[in-house]
Amino acid sequence: MDNEQEIIIDVSSFVPQFRDEIAAEPGGEHIRRCYSCGTCTAGCPVGGVTDKYNPRRIVHMALLGMREQVLASDFVWLCSVCYTCYERCPQDVRIPELMNAIRNIAVREAHVPQTFKIQLEKLREHGRLYEIEDYENERRAEHGLPPIREAVAEVRRILSATGAGGKA
Amino acid sequence: MARYAFYLGCTVPVRGMNYEMAARKVAERLDIELIDIDGFSCCGFPVKPVDWRAGLLMAARNLALAEAQGLNVLTLCSACTGTLTEAGHRLKEDAELTAWVSEQLAGMGLTYNGRVQVRHLARVLYETVGVEALQETVTVSLDRFGFAPHYGCHYLKPSHLYNGFDDPENPESLGCLIEATGARVVHYEDEGQCCGGGILGFDEETALLVTKQKLDHVVTTGADAMVLICPFCAIMYEANQRRVESLYGTSYKLPVLYYPQVLGLAMGFSPEEMGLKLNRVKPGKLVKALRG
Repeated sequence: MDNEQEIIIDVSSFVPQFRDEIAAEPGGEHIRRCYSCGTCTAGCPVGGVTDKYNPRRIVHMALLGMREQVLASDFVWLCSVCYTCYERCPQDVRIPELMNAIRNIAVREAHVPQTFKIQLEKLREHGRLYEIEDYENERRAEHGLPPIREAVAEVRRILSATGAGGKA
Repeated sequence: MARYAFYLGCTVPVRGMNYEMAARKVAERLDIELIDIDGFSCCGFPVKPVDWRAGLLMAARNLALAEAQGLNVLTLCSACTGTLTEAGHRLKEDAELTAWVSEQLAGMGLTYNGRVQVRHLARVLYETVGVEALQETVTVSLDRFGFAPHYGCHYLKPSHLYNGFDDPENPESLGCLIEATGARVVHYEDEGQCCGGGILGFDEETALLVTKQKLDHVVTTGADAMVLICPFCAIMYEANQRRVESLYGTSYKLPVLYYPQVLGLAMGFSPEEMGLKLNRVKPGKLVKALRG
């Protein structure tokens, strides 16, 4: 019974324009081409180890207009961006880019996973994901490697010019 | 002499110093000059999911720094390779976007005119240097060893970015590079599979399950080591190998080597020079055999 309740969906909550919204977002242009063959899911390395991620299901939900379910769920963040499905899709739906388009929309509605907040913070502080200050440069010198200067001001400028810095 | 702007990205200079050490030594031996550029930042890969424009601009700025020196870019990380290459393509195809990027770069005193080529070191070794020329540099044949190649994802895919230099479904470039050292290529099930690194930060358990699959497949072949060309793949298979072992009650002790380390050993560089002390899973058998 629990399972049955889970799969009953309220059609009145669908947003039919969601597909257009995604198609207007760079990376999402080809969403309407999907005919649900499942080639993406069949070769997906993440889908191969967990039921939590199923690209065909996500694209289908998006096409149906299940906007809130798609944007608020973990789904789109579980794509490892390996491009296996991108190579194999007979309709050139470009699923990793499509997932990225949906991620960008989700972020604008404040659905930002913690890991991306941490990464953005690192970029603001160091211009890179792993800091390189005196300690790291000393370690590098011990291995005969040249020092590296962090480009903090430049990266901060980019994050604020695009508004990305304020999103997470 | 070939000259490239040496693009290290975020992970290599901190967590992949062994990769960097080996790459610098091997390049020098092959008369490839690697120029360190002041001010390179993150490539933009981690920003793309949050704000694709910020990711693109970050990549474009790095390309502009290389272009200012009149250099093409040589990379070690496959994700950086993909991000910088994709940015270069977009800036050739989309005039409106390019105008916006140019305006932003001008505010930083930079210009980008689309002249920079981005090449992964492995591709340069395979395509530009060539397997035959590599064979001529080998002084210590590694013919006693069998290595399992891990190509990873962004080195080959999406393939439209890479002019078809290798087949994304049945690649052979890394295998050929391994054979150039005299070693055998050990093939295994699902050789083309992803390391899982793309979702490590979001869902560690699922990511490590993806990692585990390949470790399982490689150890059953008896390969002496896995050989790869991306620092994040190394984080998954090497730095996280013990974590996978403790999570899933397995035991691998599978050495994981960066390809330039393997090539360097075949060129006669010492294990120390190739940074093998920084490898977490000690390739003891290999080092012992080489010291004979």
